[in-house]
Amino acid sequence: MDRPEIKPKDAPDLSSFNWEDPLRLDDQLTEEERMIRDSAHAYAQEKLQTRVIDAYREERVDPEVFREMGEVGLLGSTIPEKYGGIGAGYVAYGVVAREIERVDSGYRSMMSVQSSLVMYPIYAYGSEAQREKYLPKLASGEWIGCFGLTEPDAGSDPGSMKTRAERIDGGYRLTGSKMWISNSPIADVFVVWAKSDEHGGKIRGFVLDKGMAGLSAPKIGGKLSLRASVTGEIVLDKVEVPEEALLPNVSGLKGPFGCLNRARYGIAWGVMGSAETCWHAARQYGLDRKQFGRPLANTQLFQKKLADMQTEITLGLQAALQVGRLMDCAEAAPEMISLIKRNNCGKALDIARVARDMHGGNGISEEFQVIRHMMNLETVNTYEGTHDVHALILGRAQTGLQAFF
Amino acid sequence: MKILVTCKRVLDPYVKARVKADGTGVNLDNVKMAMNPFDEIAIEEAIRMREAGKADEIVAVSIGAAKTEETLRTALAMGADRAVHVVTEDDIEPLGVAKVLKSLVESEQPGLVIMGKQAIDGDSNQAGQMLAALLGWAQGTNVSNVELDGDTANITREIDGGLERLALKMPCVLTSDLRLNEPRYASLPNIMKAKKKPMDKKPIDELGVDTAPRQTLVSVSEPPPRAAGVKVASVDELVDKLKNEAQVI
Repeated sequence: MDRPEIKPKDAPDLSSFNWEDPLRLDDQLTEEERMIRDSAHAYAQEKLQTRVIDAYREERVDPEVFREMGEVGLLGSTIPEKYGGIGAGYVAYGVVAREIERVDSGYRSMMSVQSSLVMYPIYAYGSEAQREKYLPKLASGEWIGCFGLTEPDAGSDPGSMKTRAERIDGGYRLTGSKMWISNSPIADVFVVWAKSDEHGGKIRGFVLDKGMAGLSAPKIGGKLSLRASVTGEIVLDKVEVPEEALLPNVSGLKGPFGCLNRARYGIAWGVMGSAETCWHAARQYGLDRKQFGRPLANTQLFQKKLADMQTEITLGLQAALQVGRLMDCAEAAPEMISLIKRNNCGKALDIARVARDMHGGNGISEEFQVIRHMMNLETVNTYEGTHDVHALILGRAQTGLQAFF
Repeated sequence: MKILVTCKRVLDPYVKARVKADGTGVNLDNVKMAMNPFDEIAIEEAIRMREAGKADEIVAVSIGAAKTEETLRTALAMGADRAVHVVTEDDIEPLGVAKVLKSLVESEQPGLVIMGKQAIDGDSNQAGQMLAALLGWAQGTNVSNVELDGDTANITREIDGGLERLALKMPCVLTSDLRLNEPRYASLPNIMKAKKKPMDKKPIDELGVDTAPRQTLVSVSEPPPRAAGVKVASVDELVDKLKNEAQVI
């Protein structure tokens, strides 16, 4: 019988579905982004997955991870080639974060701090001499960096920081202490923020080198989260630094926030990797584990949880991708980053908790890994702007009323 | 010396293959594709030869549709110097592949061809052997070690019961076994550099070789699911089942 022509978009049969990549994120990446993703995936699975269980149990940081990441080119990838980066875009940076955090949030934290909180401010706010001195060695992982903003009494309210820089002959004298600083006990380079009397009490950034008199970075022990990455304090006991230590090109809170925006953006991608690991693990466990004569995955309660995980991860990744595309054309707003950092961290934490539950008793064992992700995500949901603080940013943006204090 | 290495775009080995509903093949729509793992090993071996000063140029070749370019780009990012993409929408059988490669060997004049021992999609394990035959060159298949010494390639093959060592006269065709090496992954800086490396595109028709299929695909089907085992209570019952049920003794 004669059938009139029908356009492909109107054909009754739709396309096929890939449960792991429901909205075809893969197709939305460029060839280069996919290749970068594949390299980061191969590195993370071969070199990080094989050591993470022991490292986490023994609360052991391996500085060699920085050298390895440097060799693969994962550190400061957005920085231009001239300074040791590769000039990659922010979507590429995001897919790398996702692959590293698929293994562990601690490893991703090590990379994020080095890339967004140390290399980025030196690149964006530093002098040419500072760029040349620090960036190539940070990119190769020869030097490890840390970022000191948070203080014992200044967390969500960094403007209340007590660390001070006073003018001295030929430079500044820094006094104060910083708390919860990733990488600090093993750091060679310290980007530290302090209120500077010389600059009318405004917050200014300083780049300090390990070994300066009065500078120490004791480790914070007893963390039950992010145990594969080291966290410490930074103690500044009248540390005298030369004029060249000052980051010349930024003043005020926008300095640290400029870095944090980039790190938070990377976190929004990263936590989706962690959530994906938990989701895939729960799915596989449900297929393998039989109770009452059938697989757990054959029950409605189990499938509902899997569907929720799949949905939240898919939407979270699409949102991160869109913000990344906007960042690549300099169109992203900080509130967009608050939205995805808050949403993706909160959803990833929920997914990890549910995945832990779906593993039953096995879920508490390190061997099944979900509890490690769950414990890690408690930190990731809190650091770089807590879930609630990002809500206040979004609340202010739509009401015009600040409710921080 | 110039080395020609081949790389095929195949279904990612970590993805579960699913047969199309109509039984005409494996579903490749919206699934992750990757370089054939044996070809990664072949490329790695060529790169190591260049690093050891035994080779000065590596040309990566692939035959396939537009997206094959991505696989070649991976080869360039790993370290190949340039790429040749023979463009076709058709599935080319091993003999066709060997003929295409022969034509490229004639124009490129490499001193050595390294291929994966087989592609993990068709598992034919034929193209390398056919290419050597068409060229009249020596062939070393499934090699687990290669040492180049002047005009000789000393190779090791893992065979039943031990290792077989052969000395091949070059130029020759080698195909890589799993244990030849552990291929590197491309570093991010090399991925960016690969964008600037040359990639030649040649429509398959321009090579003037007959790649028409010699075989007809009858059907593709999933293997039958494995039946559950049974427990036996005694040796007598086991022997009885082996004798009468399975009829193997």
